[in-house]
Amino acid sequence: MFRSLSTTVRLFLLLAVVSGLVYPLAVLGLAHLLFPAKSQGSLLVRRGRVVGSALIGQEIIRPRYFWSRPSATTPVPYDADASNASNTAPTNPRLVADIRRRLARLEHADPGAHGPVPIDLVTTSGSGLDPDISLAAAAYQIPRVARAGGLPVRTLERLVSAHTERPPLPFLGPPVVAVLPLDLALHRLYEKEQKGRR
Amino acid sequence: MTTALFLLFSILALTFLLALPLGLYAARVFAGERVWTSPLLAPLERAVYRLAGVDPANEMDWKKYATSLLLFNFAGFLFLYLILRLQPLLPLDPLHLGAVPPGSAFNTAVSFVTNTNWQDYAGETTLGPLAQMLGLTVQNFLSAAVGVTLLLPLVRGFVRHETDRLGNYWVDLTRTVLYILLPLSLVFALVLVAQGVPDTLTALVRAHLVFPFHEGAHLVRHQAIALGPVASQEAIKILGNNGGGFFNVNSAHPFENPTALTNALETVAMLLLPATLLVAFARLARAPGTAVALVIATLLFFIPLALLSAHEELSPNPRIAVLSVAQHPSPRLAGGGNLVGVDDRIGAVGCALFATAATATSTGAANCAYDSMMPLAGGVNLFLMQLGEVVFGGIGTGLASLLAFAVFAVFLGGLMVGRTPEFLGKKIETFEMKMVSLSILVMPLVVLVGTAVAVLSPAGRASVGNPGPHGFSEILYALTSPGNNNGSAFGGLDAATRFYNILTGVAMLLGRYWVYLPLLAMAGSLARKRTVPVGAGTLPTHTLTFVVLLAGSILLIGALNFLPALVLGPGADQALLMTRAAHAALVRRAAP
Repeated sequence: MFRSLSTTVRLFLLLAVVSGLVYPLAVLGLAHLLFPAKSQGSLLVRRGRVVGSALIGQEIIRPRYFWSRPSATTPVPYDADASNASNTAPTNPRLVADIRRRLARLEHADPGAHGPVPIDLVTTSGSGLDPDISLAAAAYQIPRVARAGGLPVRTLERLVSAHTERPPLPFLGPPVVAVLPLDLALHRLYEKEQKGRR
Repeated sequence: MTTALFLLFSILALTFLLALPLGLYAARVFAGERVWTSPLLAPLERAVYRLAGVDPANEMDWKKYATSLLLFNFAGFLFLYLILRLQPLLPLDPLHLGAVPPGSAFNTAVSFVTNTNWQDYAGETTLGPLAQMLGLTVQNFLSAAVGVTLLLPLVRGFVRHETDRLGNYWVDLTRTVLYILLPLSLVFALVLVAQGVPDTLTALVRAHLVFPFHEGAHLVRHQAIALGPVASQEAIKILGNNGGGFFNVNSAHPFENPTALTNALETVAMLLLPATLLVAFARLARAPGTAVALVIATLLFFIPLALLSAHEELSPNPRIAVLSVAQHPSPRLAGGGNLVGVDDRIGAVGCALFATAATATSTGAANCAYDSMMPLAGGVNLFLMQLGEVVFGGIGTGLASLLAFAVFAVFLGGLMVGRTPEFLGKKIETFEMKMVSLSILVMPLVVLVGTAVAVLSPAGRASVGNPGPHGFSEILYALTSPGNNNGSAFGGLDAATRFYNILTGVAMLLGRYWVYLPLLAMAGSLARKRTVPVGAGTLPTHTLTFVVLLAGSILLIGALNFLPALVLGPGADQALLMTRAAHAALVRRAAP
């Protein structure tokens, strides 16, 4: 009995070291060596400061920029230290109430918009950190951004298609638009224009 | 639906394409033979045996094998519990997250040791890098390997004859970890990093927002981004059918599952080892025909249920249809359908197929909010688990349960023609049937009694997050998942209470050890028997008749036990969705 107890403990500790230290540290080292930016979280740096991650969405609700999807994280939306979903069931009356509220907010920002609103713009994502919107959600916002930012629709369409990501095979997943990189590019465009005017 | 068909069949094709060579490799590993990785790993293996004092040639009978298994699991439980409780005293906790409370630490330790990986904690706010690596990653490897050690003696019980030796527990465990789980995880982890999954010792990065925003009266200028050694844990979490996420939202998190490609690969990786073990079984038991029959029976459940789930997720929610919202399936709408709780890059189809794979196997990972799935799609999750985790099932445990059902099926066949049933050359007698019945019937008992207890007690009802029949589904799910060592959840239910910590903890323990220890006892009895030659009264197990008999038995037991509960939960939920919608449509038509 004592022998098998000691075998148990020794074997457990050995396998724990192999799988809990050697393995993760090997992955860590190789990841760092082979994919230096991706292993650190695909961080976006602007003027020497980290401004976000290309993979993590941010709350953006200014009329001159493309909005992200609603987020269910607390205490603030897009809290990347507290990922969460709303977990609202399809039959929960709260779902419809939430969607109505978000529809009203979109209408308030752009009273001229008509046609049905793309579903991803009025529902929260699975992570609360969804970095993307659908092609329809981007197209829906172009008239508003064009008007508020004073940019031609053609320019915005080109910008959106430059930030559209398509999976390597079409059936793997839907094409999406990465919001934060798109808005940062838009931001640079606005800055350039301002400088030109001065 | 075309997308769903393409995605489903490419996932299955890739799974079996990889499982064939891997299964043959695994069979050689389990048989103790030399393989092409031996030059590198054999010295490590020998060193482990020497340091641990294991004599690899010393085989055990079923009792010794089972005792070793239990001792090893208890050591793992104690180790993980202590790491969680003592987190503040240990190094590598840069955010000073503090000790995990006792209820949660008990639940989590049981959960990871039993390969359930039910998450009652939020990873990013509870566990530092050390607890993630030395705590959770270790159990992700070991609990998957323990699953294999529940299967191997059973296979040997059928193959060997007139012996009580079923193998050396320590050797089976060590070889599974070193030769199969470690190399696969290393490769998969690097593939994940290449796609954007981070792997770093930095625990948190503060980003300065270019677009600060107001939340109430408060101006938010920063975004705290949680990071860590994600890729190494993600790889074994998926491959080992564990499913406990690095982050709270599991594989829905962009850092765990950043692209459509990783989503498909993670779905394949969940199915890979269960499929590999089916191939290894064909080789070890020298029964390729029977293995093919088992695969067909598995797919007979998996394919229709996966397509049903995808179909439901792509159906527009009638409650939303009355609003000015576009939700019809289209690539421009991120695939359309039910996007509540689904990230755009994954889409409704990606969510449905991942969910099916996660609940068919014992992974229980989630790439979307299962609580927000359409009622029948959530019902598919529940049903797959309630079939007893035999459709692919857990690593080792899935095939072990499937073999138990196969024994049950030949027993039924034997009753019909009045002969003593045989399976793989072994006579199935009273003791075997007792053990099989115990193994098959304990799970429904745990799940249904547990659900009844939770529904009847105020503490059980207080945690519910959605009204109506869906609330009942949440409770049913919270017992079904731990009772089957799956670990997925309807996240709306607050399971981080003392009540659910204890209830689900007990369900996990019963669902693991009460289900599989009887099968070990059966293996001991089978190994002692003589192998009987195939005779006129033998029911061949590579025929369509056997497939139908097997699938029928699985369906019969699963449906008989759980149909009433399923009707009360997802069934009533779906009816509610349809009738209210019909009502709303009538109101609109009546109003001019």
